[in-house]
Amino acid sequence: MCLAIPAKLIEKKGEIGIVDLGGVNKEISLAFVPQIKEGEWVLLHTGFALEIISEKEAQETIELLQAAYGIK
Amino acid sequence: MELNNFRDPKLIKEIIAELSNWQKPIKLMEVCGSHTMAIGHWGIRKLLPKTIKLLSGPGCPVCVTPQSIIDAVLQLEDVTIVTFGDLMRVPGSSSSLAEAKSQGRDIQLVYSPLDALKFAETKETVFVAIGFETTIPGIAQTILEAKKKNLENFSILSSLKTIPPALKALLQSQDIKIDGFILPGHVSVIIGKKAFSALPRKYGIGGVITGFEPLDIFIGIKTLTDQISENIPQIQNKYSRVVKDEGNITAQNIIKKVFVTCDTEWRGLGEIKNSGLKLGDEYQQFDAFQKYQISLKPTKEPEGCRCADVLKGKAIPPECKLFGNLCTPTNPIGPCMVSGEGSCAAYYKYES
Ligand code: SF4
Repeated sequence: MCLAIPAKLIEKKGEIGIVDLGGVNKEISLAFVPQIKEGEWVLLHTGFALEIISEKEAQETIELLQAAYGIK
Repeated sequence: MELNNFRDPKLIKEIIAELSNWQKPIKLMEVCGSHTMAIGHWGIRKLLPKTIKLLSGPGCPVCVTPQSIIDAVLQLEDVTIVTFGDLMRVPGSSSSLAEAKSQGRDIQLVYSPLDALKFAETKETVFVAIGFETTIPGIAQTILEAKKKNLENFSILSSLKTIPPALKALLQSQDIKIDGFILPGHVSVIIGKKAFSALPRKYGIGGVITGFEPLDIFIGIKTLTDQISENIPQIQNKYSRVVKDEGNITAQNIIKKVFVTCDTEWRGLGEIKNSGLKLGDEYQQFDAFQKYQISLKPTKEPEGCRCADVLKGKAIPPECKLFGNLCTPTNPIGPCMVSGEGSCAAYYKYES
């Protein structure tokens, strides 16, 4: 039930956002991520953006692991 | 966004190889239904050495909702009942919401709690609010909207629950020895790392916040084995792409504005102090318990069902005599088989 999925914010109108869900546009609430900018990715759950997904953190996690295991 | 990296077989193989040398028998518990499903889906148990056992804890909101809530909802007359689909098939003492709906009761399913408000524009509406911290802020926001719109027809029946008190209760009961927790990623998005700090401090048990891709789960397990071998239990955040250490403060503030903590009953675990949420003073008009004078009545678990032990990690689903013969996903007896994220359903689908 706590399933949440990534979605890209394509439009921001105050507290309402439009995300692209695999080609389908959906209106969501941005009440918990007021600082978000269009083009960023959110973690979506029951119609609410719970948090912004950090692309930088995602990349760093992978790069650290690759370095630790000597993989590129 | 490149998230496929979190399925990178090369990295996963490296971690599996390291874990294969693990000698000391340990038990790690995941407390999120989505982790339970991901572990089954990716066949993670089979890739671990025999020394590392994964147990499922009370991580599925549907599974820990007491029957008395379903019974109470079914007592409500002449109202539109709105809830999340997951709750529909959970058997109460005598019937389920799905059965009641097939007999003509006005029961509506929504994806977002905000959608419940539109029913209240025309009819008395009760939203059956179940969920953990992931779902709670959205429900709090819905209450704020209802207040703004001055909706007199709307109320919620809250069986909302918070995870940290349940983990403490599990550790206090000492029914089972757990060596580390795989902490729920999306609950943590809201409450952050600090919310779990009592686990190492008071109980000497570490935990790792992690995501739901296979690499995430292996990183989580590896992190816990490192903590155990170094004997430094702590809470580590390995899901930093969405979880901030402090959590989502905006969402936390909205929860605090609307709800206060209360004691609440968990199916299988009994009553746990301060583990529930009820509406605060300013929002009493939306409390269905008050509005309809509901009191919850004690119930009995179905004969033979070991959900209580499964939810505590004391038994694995195949140890229940009903598993797979009398109790199956099409004919579930206990809540752990009803919910797609319940341990029994996950075992049935992936491991039997
Ligand atoms: S298999 Fe069915 S009856 Fe047995 S513990 Fe699981 S849900 Fe309960």
